[in-house]
Amino acid sequence: MIRSHILICGGTGCTSSGSQTLQKAFNENIEAFGLAEEVKLVQTGCFGLCALGPIVIIYPDGTFYSRVTADDVKEIVEEHLLKGRIVERLVYRDKEAEGVVEKAASELSLADTNFYKSQKRIVLRNCGVIDPDNIEEYIAMDGYAALGKALTEMTPDEVIKVVSDSGLRGRGGGGFPTGRKWALCAPNKADQKYVVCNADEGDPGAFMDRSILEGDPHCIIEAMTICGYAVGATKGYVYVRAEYPIAVTRLQHAIDQAKEYGLLGKNIFNSGFDFDLEIKLGAGAFVCGEETALMTSIEGNRGEPRPRPPYPAVKGLFNRPTVENNVETFANIPQIILKGAEWFSSMGTERSKGTKVFALGGKIEHTGLVEIPMGVTLNTIINEIGGGIPGGKKFKAAQTGGPSGGCIPASLIDTEVDYDNLVSIGCMMGSGGLIVMDEDNCMVDMAKFFLEFTVDESCGKCTPCRVGTKRLLELLDKITQGNGTLEDIDRLEELCNYIKQNSLCGLGQTAPNPVLATLKFFRDEYIAHVVDKVCPAGVCKGLINFIIDQDKCIGCGKCAKNCPADAITRTDYIAPGHKLASFTIDTSKCVKCGACVAGCKFNAIYKK
Amino acid sequence: MKSLAELQAIKDRMRSKIVLREGTGEIRVVVGMATCGIAAGARPVLSAFVEEVNNAGLSGQVTVSQTGCVGLCQYEPIVEVLEAGKDKVTYVKMTPDKVKEVVEKHLKGGNVVTAYTVAGAN
Repeated sequence: MIRSHILICGGTGCTSSGSQTLQKAFNENIEAFGLAEEVKLVQTGCFGLCALGPIVIIYPDGTFYSRVTADDVKEIVEEHLLKGRIVERLVYRDKEAEGVVEKAASELSLADTNFYKSQKRIVLRNCGVIDPDNIEEYIAMDGYAALGKALTEMTPDEVIKVVSDSGLRGRGGGGFPTGRKWALCAPNKADQKYVVCNADEGDPGAFMDRSILEGDPHCIIEAMTICGYAVGATKGYVYVRAEYPIAVTRLQHAIDQAKEYGLLGKNIFNSGFDFDLEIKLGAGAFVCGEETALMTSIEGNRGEPRPRPPYPAVKGLFNRPTVENNVETFANIPQIILKGAEWFSSMGTERSKGTKVFALGGKIEHTGLVEIPMGVTLNTIINEIGGGIPGGKKFKAAQTGGPSGGCIPASLIDTEVDYDNLVSIGCMMGSGGLIVMDEDNCMVDMAKFFLEFTVDESCGKCTPCRVGTKRLLELLDKITQGNGTLEDIDRLEELCNYIKQNSLCGLGQTAPNPVLATLKFFRDEYIAHVVDKVCPAGVCKGLINFIIDQDKCIGCGKCAKNCPADAITRTDYIAPGHKLASFTIDTSKCVKCGACVAGCKFNAIYKK
Repeated sequence: MKSLAELQAIKDRMRSKIVLREGTGEIRVVVGMATCGIAAGARPVLSAFVEEVNNAGLSGQVTVSQTGCVGLCQYEPIVEVLEAGKDKVTYVKMTPDKVKEVVEKHLKGGNVVTAYTVAGAN
């Protein structure tokens, strides 16, 4: 009889921090202590606190162990599982809770921690709770009940109405109303219609869709089948990047299980409705996340966008009417069908309903995955849920929407995050990547980073994007090298607007956003680069010099040893109080790698 | 899958297996599992609780958990039953047979089996 479950995170984050070896260690120790009949090991999807992985939760107590290593496993099994004593040193605590000794760790419920208490998990409700490889665990959590309800109790029009009334908008970034998308496709007659799930998550720093597929693949299958029923499609494709091996394996396993249980295939729930699902692997081209390029890629052609109209609802995949939604959008559907439009629309803001999943990255304590109701402020996301900026540094800006998005500066940290608020400040929601930047980040350099990405990823079909982004990058390069002029800033802005207006698809239309947003909020940094020839954050190599403070240098020579360019030599100056002559850096030889600064224990080297 | 009833059957069967992960039930049964407890036979007591609670269909309401030394080593195995709004009940010198009775009378029926409590043992 099983009395305890050990949940180990098998998401990509924890897998790379070693959760697979933990599983092995747990199995061995459970066996060794004779607990195999009483304790069950479950591999789950992402819990969200990736920065503290690998994560292990033990139920029924709900004890949350973080940064567990294989060496800790024996202690956990012997102390916790055998003797009922919590291994205090491994228990995750809030910063504020540190030092609160009288409160037993087990009493601090996971839901009460700063990381979880402001979250509202709808999309991620099963991530970190169920075994994604076990369809029956999904069913136990109301899985496939929404499909059953839709097929046996609702007409296709009723399904569309519920989705429309819920106010759900596309979570891939654009925010198009999902119900309207379905309603546009449903009336179109064709011999075959398609449902496509866009799992080509390509923004640097984004891993929301990946985590959903890894942690709860059945909810996507269920949602796509519901969508197929609503719009009259019998065939679905999930387009997922081949770089997501865990997601692909689990999704394929889930599809196989669903077929075995008759939840995919012919005559589902005896309703006469058939639906089949197939995975298409993407080769990792960013442009394939654009809906028309994605469909072109599924058709077996080079992934290039095509002009709209005709829209996919009329002529999509294989020129047939098609509904394409993002993973996170689909993940909301089963809950909306089960709990109703009103339940969903009671969450969020006036025009943005429900929740949004964000992948927190960059300069933030709790790198990881969070789900919050729309309308929560950026401040709450970063400082409360995200645990703030490491090292006591100052928050500068948050980048949302990756290479298509903009940034929210510190002055707007109280902005309530929803689709319309972000657009009104010249930013965008994007798919949910949220990269936090502190005072050490140069905003011009950040814009350049994203432009490098879009230049690489532009498919080349239309000139404004292919040539325009390249010219933009060259201008940014010139500025960061210290060769820019004020006129260059104007030209930059003009070119940005031109590319936005004239590109064929979303990639080009949004590629200038990082530049425009930084120009809007951090124009002073651009001016510092071109007029004063300094990089205020000390990042742009063309504008900084490393200098050794002659009076602090004790002459140990560590920097000279570290220097890969032999740019550091000894002087004949001995500072008062020191025994050895100091060192100096030849700026003409210096490659500005920073190895000298990193190695100096006396803080004698600074950037200027 | 041909009917909602079929789906419901799987759900009902699986519910009891994963309800464990939904935090604490209304009633918590805590078995003392320090060395003294284990030596006195706490492990079969714990297993018996898990099994009997499940057999009685109470796994949604009752969480069976364990703890370290309760402090009354001569009375081990000790089992505490905690329920919100009620006084803690401490059963002592428990055996699998007594467990069956406690589950039936106390957890299911709501009547404390006084004979097995600390007070009763004195």
